[in-house]
Amino acid sequence: MALLINEKTIVVPGEEIAEGMDFLPAKGTYRQNDKIIASQLGLVNVNGRLIRIIPLNGRYIPKAGDTVIGKVVNIGLNGWTIDIGYAYEANLTLKEGTTDFVERGEDYSKYYDFNDIVVAKLLNVNRAKFMDLTTKGPGLRKLRGGRIINVTPSKVPRVIGKQGSMITLVKEATQCRITVGQNGVVWIQGEPDQETKAVEAIRMIDEKAHIEGLTDEMKKFLEGKNGKK
Amino acid sequence: MAKNKRIDGRKIDELREMEAKVGVVKRADGSAMFRIGKTKAIASVYGPKALHPTFMRNPQTGILRCNYNMMSFSTGERVRPGPSRRSKEISLVTENSLAPVLDLKEFPNTVVDIFIEMTQADAGTRCAGITAAAMALADAGLIMKDLVSAISVGKVGKEIVVDLDKEEEDFEGGSTDIPIAMTPRDGNITLLQLDGEMSKDELVKAIELGKEACMKIFELQKKALKENYK
Repeated sequence: MALLINEKTIVVPGEEIAEGMDFLPAKGTYRQNDKIIASQLGLVNVNGRLIRIIPLNGRYIPKAGDTVIGKVVNIGLNGWTIDIGYAYEANLTLKEGTTDFVERGEDYSKYYDFNDIVVAKLLNVNRAKFMDLTTKGPGLRKLRGGRIINVTPSKVPRVIGKQGSMITLVKEATQCRITVGQNGVVWIQGEPDQETKAVEAIRMIDEKAHIEGLTDEMKKFLEGKNGKK
Repeated sequence: MAKNKRIDGRKIDELREMEAKVGVVKRADGSAMFRIGKTKAIASVYGPKALHPTFMRNPQTGILRCNYNMMSFSTGERVRPGPSRRSKEISLVTENSLAPVLDLKEFPNTVVDIFIEMTQADAGTRCAGITAAAMALADAGLIMKDLVSAISVGKVGKEIVVDLDKEEEDFEGGSTDIPIAMTPRDGNITLLQLDGEMSKDELVKAIELGKEACMKIFELQKKALKENYK
């Protein structure tokens, strides 16, 4: 009839979360008879009648509509191949990569060269996880300078915060330009010492994502860093 | 063998001292260590990643690939490094005992690799390996119906006992070894091997004892996984 485990506690696969038909299983859970059981290691999240697990670890699962940051690993005849942190690479076609008229046999590397970092959006992901990207759209572009760090993809919502509260906090405190990809890749550009500070801050969010009251702790951390200087 | 007393003084249903730890291999996607007595296993999980050779790819789901290895210094007698008949068999049964709980449908055409290294071996290595691997898979954030806990039970002389050590396995009066792996929630058995001789009644009794022992191991697995995020 009720929750067997409190919200925001850590559960392991196979642990019973709720009993009765009052709740519905969402991501990371399944129903067996009248019980809802966890199928992933993570935090219990109850949203109305839905119970889901916020995973604490795991690889990125590509989803259409996600904005991701990736690296150009190959240039083909029809466009570029981009590594976005999944087992297989995503395709960026010529048509979706540039608005220019591209002559036959032209060198595509003048748009995106090997090892270039791009912010792109996943246009299509099919069942076999073939992925099409686009760089047409606001904020989608090639990134120049700055630095890249990786966070756990499932913690990206925490890094961004509610309506971007967490990331705005870091941005304002460090005066850095920050872009977060849904695949857990974070791009940071700013003054060198501020960049380091932003990296530290984001690493801290990644490590302590499952702890409550992180925004306040973050505020203190950033203020302390500013105060020292 | 004296009544109700074993060579090392344990009770018949008493396990050796256990220790479990998660996140021991930093560069792995998930990892765990499990020690029971002098047997120690380290499991690391990598993936889901691109699968080669390509003919093994399954466009419906990802696959699981296990690699069990005994390190050369793990026993008194040096183990010859490299794959052997024994290690290939154990890799296969480990894979088969973990695959039923794992759901890799979100990762078609990929592979999840598990590497189990035995740094110390004192009987019951495949069970320690499976127990460690189950924790490592959960740590990697993969979707699993349940964990898997494993223990070896057996007959030493005429006594049915739990968790045999090497001395008991080599008992002169004859011994039978039964590794059991099960999903603690439903009690489904995913691994059952038997090396030796045993009557039907004895086997049923041994499995019952094994199930009880698995529940104890499950509690430890759960604790270790949660402690990693304190």
